[in-house]
Amino acid sequence: MSKIGKGTKPRSQAKRDLLVLLERAQSRSGYLSQETIAELAAALGLSISEVYGVATFYSFLSIKPQGRNVIRICKSLPCYLKDAQTIIDGVRKAIGIEPGETTADGKFSFELTNCIGACDKAPAMMVNDDVHGELTPKKISKILQAYK
Amino acid sequence: MPEKRVVLANCGVIDPKDIASYIEKDGFKALKKALKLPGEAVVEEIKASGLRGRGGAGFPCGLKWDLARKAQGDEKYVICNADEGEVGTFKDRYILENDPFSLIEGIAIAGHAVGAKKAFIYLRAEYRFLLDLLEKAIDQAKKKGFLKHLDIEVRLGAGAYVCGEESALMDSIEGKRGEVRYRPPFPPTSGLWGKPTIINNVETLMNIPRIMFNGAEWFGKMGTEKSKGTKVFSVSGDVGKAGVYELVLGSSLKELVEELAKAKKVQAVQVGGATGRIIPANMLDSPLSFETILGAGAITVFDKSRDIIDIVYRTLEFLAEESCGKCAPCREGTEAMAGILERFTKGEGQEKDITVLGELADTMMLASMCGLGQAAPIPVMDSLQHFRGAYDKRIRL
Repeated sequence: MSKIGKGTKPRSQAKRDLLVLLERAQSRSGYLSQETIAELAAALGLSISEVYGVATFYSFLSIKPQGRNVIRICKSLPCYLKDAQTIIDGVRKAIGIEPGETTADGKFSFELTNCIGACDKAPAMMVNDDVHGELTPKKISKILQAYK
Repeated sequence: MPEKRVVLANCGVIDPKDIASYIEKDGFKALKKALKLPGEAVVEEIKASGLRGRGGAGFPCGLKWDLARKAQGDEKYVICNADEGEVGTFKDRYILENDPFSLIEGIAIAGHAVGAKKAFIYLRAEYRFLLDLLEKAIDQAKKKGFLKHLDIEVRLGAGAYVCGEESALMDSIEGKRGEVRYRPPFPPTSGLWGKPTIINNVETLMNIPRIMFNGAEWFGKMGTEKSKGTKVFSVSGDVGKAGVYELVLGSSLKELVEELAKAKKVQAVQVGGATGRIIPANMLDSPLSFETILGAGAITVFDKSRDIIDIVYRTLEFLAEESCGKCAPCREGTEAMAGILERFTKGEGQEKDITVLGELADTMMLASMCGLGQAAPIPVMDSLQHFRGAYDKRIRL
């Protein structure tokens, strides 16, 4: 609880910190557990459903445990035109899971995402905060090796 | 008309990590000039320039500022919309990567003009890799004493296309789900936490120091009657040279995609991203301006090998996924359209589908709460108008 802070602020002020606190909890623990959501709600004087509502609205927040590294391959048109499907298949083969899944060793989660703003380097993907562009199926295993 | 680097003048020229290199290029002189004037005079200068918002809607920037300036209350906000989520757009990323200082100077001038003491830069989660650079640039400007009148804070988004829409963006900064608001009231009178707020796109704010430094008259000499200045475009898809290009407004789409980006055998171009227009090859001579076609400057090129219906289906699938869900016309309409289009991609269209698409489009355009739902039918209706043959071929009799 001490990490989150006490419920001393007025309600509007509490709410304004909610997304920032959720983002922090997400980067600290890799996901937002039921306990985290309940703790945050108590600390900010909000209902659990309000906190849950925000936690599930945004694609970079997750209520399921995620791998240590999150791979997000862009599936939007500019990448699709540059054969993003071969990259999706390449990652699938390299780590042996489908989009939406996490590897058994907890190393990688794998997601498809909408435009990441790297269309000039299509096909592109993000691993955590890093953007990797001009991908080919061959480049994938080398890129993923760098993540522990 | 040629390429002209006004907004991008410093990109690739200065060191984005070092404020001294920006100051050497007359950096912060526009702010110094603005701070010597009353806020009202700065607003008048921006009004006189004819600058219109670069985020897609094209609202006159000076008018927006004037409304916020005249609004009652001491607590006012400036928001820079750096939630560049439109499919095919990456120009703001390029700007932030290469010249964060011009943006900071633009925000600082805006703060003085409307009388705000606090500004937010709302940066999309996908651009978190730029957070450090941006915060360091703000720190440097603060240390040099340029931000005595305004505190600038970067807020990180968390992955939601709709948060690029200004009212959803404000709800997101307020810590809520990024859902759109009913309007009126509009942000200049009641925005962030109900206070007068101006929200401007990154590129709009980049123009501010240029206008204050060179004067409204200089700016007004570029462009067309209703579209002054330049526009920065993100070009991708079936082109030889994908990238960021800045052109004087009124330049032709053909010049941008064929001459600069080296596109060949063009079938169609999507101008303005997922909710943008689909322009067939025989209309490539169209000028790029607010009067004609523009959007936020996302240009996606499709060559003759592409299936237009597949492209439109994928576009609607994207919009259905990103609809915030608050209003029914958008939430249900995008799903229904995507469903019909999916059948067409499989060659299972029906004659009555064409009528249904038209009816859905009318309802969505009329009754959706924000631009997402209002503009979502555009690619469908444009493709029906220009590529009707592709649909007819997939109708199962």
